[in-house]
Amino acid sequence: MKRLLRNPSLLIGGTIVVIIVLLAIAAPWVTTYQLEDMDMRNRFSLPSAEHWLGTDNFGRDLWTRLLYGARISIGVAVVSVGLAAIIGTLVGLAAGYFGGLFDLIVMRIVDVFLGFPPLIMALTVVAALGPGVTNLMIALTAVFWTEYARVVRAITLSQREIDYVAAAQAVGASWARILVVHILPNCLGPITVLATLGIGTAIVAESGLSFLGIGVEPPTPTWGWTLSYGMRFLRADPWMSTIAGLCIMLTVLGFNLFGDGLRDLLDPRRITSGRRGRRGAIAE
Amino acid sequence: MIGYAARRLLLMIPMLFGIIVLVFLMLNVIGGDQALVLLGQEGTPEQLEALRRELLLDQPLTVQFAAYIGKLAQGDLGYSLFQSQSVLEAVSGRLGATLELAIVALLIAILIGVPLGILAAVRHGRASDIFAMLFAQLGISMPVFWMGILLMFLFAVTLDWLPAIGRGEPLLVAIVDLFRGNPAVLLDSLAHLALPAITLGVGAAAIISRLVRSAMLDTLSLDFVRTAYAKGLGPARVTLAHVLRNALLPVVSMIGLRFGALLGGAVLTEGIFGWPGLGQLSVAAINQRDIPLIQGVVLTFALMFALVNLIVDLAYAAIDPRIRYD
Repeated sequence: MKRLLRNPSLLIGGTIVVIIVLLAIAAPWVTTYQLEDMDMRNRFSLPSAEHWLGTDNFGRDLWTRLLYGARISIGVAVVSVGLAAIIGTLVGLAAGYFGGLFDLIVMRIVDVFLGFPPLIMALTVVAALGPGVTNLMIALTAVFWTEYARVVRAITLSQREIDYVAAAQAVGASWARILVVHILPNCLGPITVLATLGIGTAIVAESGLSFLGIGVEPPTPTWGWTLSYGMRFLRADPWMSTIAGLCIMLTVLGFNLFGDGLRDLLDPRRITSGRRGRRGAIAE
Repeated sequence: MIGYAARRLLLMIPMLFGIIVLVFLMLNVIGGDQALVLLGQEGTPEQLEALRRELLLDQPLTVQFAAYIGKLAQGDLGYSLFQSQSVLEAVSGRLGATLELAIVALLIAILIGVPLGILAAVRHGRASDIFAMLFAQLGISMPVFWMGILLMFLFAVTLDWLPAIGRGEPLLVAIVDLFRGNPAVLLDSLAHLALPAITLGVGAAAIISRLVRSAMLDTLSLDFVRTAYAKGLGPARVTLAHVLRNALLPVVSMIGLRFGALLGGAVLTEGIFGWPGLGQLSVAAINQRDIPLIQGVVLTFALMFALVNLIVDLAYAAIDPRIRYD
């Protein structure tokens, strides 16, 4: 608990994340409006007792739309980061443990994926598959898996050389057992940190693609789409874009702070030295 | 050094080839039927068949790829399905605008990020450090398109100081005009460039400031710093001449990697400010399912990214001889 209090990033970030995720899950219970309920007398209204966050151009309640939007934005991010972490970890474990030609081929494939600027990779996948929630998740997974593969491979390479692995081999443990029981636990800390920070990035990427009109398609009320649609009324009513952007920023800020805090917590060197140390493989 | 440069250059070739293969597979195998995209629903089966033959779509994938690579080697990126120009013309017409935006944004990012990082490291734990890192955290969390909209609303819509969309004359042309005694062109170019470049630069500045701070803090605790103080050098000289020089090395290599994110951000920024660059072109191409054009734009982005990383690596090796012997 004391360690937690000395780590304000973790505390503040965690609180923001928990509140937003709970609100997204409880969406039907924390608003009395339906997604498509229109109130034409109250178009473009500012926050009021009736509409907590105001309304859009059709008089639809923005609090409701942003709550449901959170489900899509966070959902897409969590699923794609989760998939990327699983794929990347499996690939990294195998490449690091078996080495040789397999490792060489895998790492060259990773290099090719890293040769794309991230958003351009996502654009290419969406261009090939077409828009939609599932395709967007595939696109983001294609962007993110390489990070995990590289980090897990590096850890596996170093762990493989330590005596306990040789001991496990000597008592006849299978490679699968060694990877899952012995080496994987060493990777979980860095994977968790990467994934937490990755969710923030994925939310920005999802809303960016939806903003460009090539991500999740309307009428799904994603944050990026609400922001981009609100831009049409920027002169008359800047509120709609502002509040949607604020939602994205707050959520991303929450995940980033939480991830930074986790990193401090899981890397004791940095706690004892009391400063941010070398960022190593994780990092920006 | 020449050996290192040659090796580094050679390593680029398989990677670029891999990128070409991957893009080709993604867009031509899962990307759908170009003939159908081009003719729409009105095409008769005979017309479709003829067009497929013309585009080699009736041939096996290996033949299609060999034909594509053969043309690519001659600098032929194909013909856009909808722009009534070749992909090379379409891309080269837009490349300058994107490069100009990205480079100016990177300059802004370095000019803000490096001093901020130094300040935060030198005054570690104090108010200015906390303030700088708060700025960095906000800058990282703020989506570039939202930043763009806020800046546009403030400076273009409300205050009416700067134009909201479009581009003036290319910066290089404007600078030449300046020397011909016509400063108005340059002012107009800068006015158009200001909002997009700041939008794109601030996020990168936030990340650079964190990198500089963390590298400076690492370096500050090394022995040679104590030696420098023991020699009787003042804090300013130690910080700028000794610590910063060493701390900037990892930062330089990271800036190359960050350039990829900057290019992605440029796509979004171009969308907001109607900046006529590759980003806008790619979004239009995706919406029209113009496969040859998408392919060309994506390859151009990847090539730019690879070249920047090459330049950064070579610069890094030139500054730090240890790198060459790794």
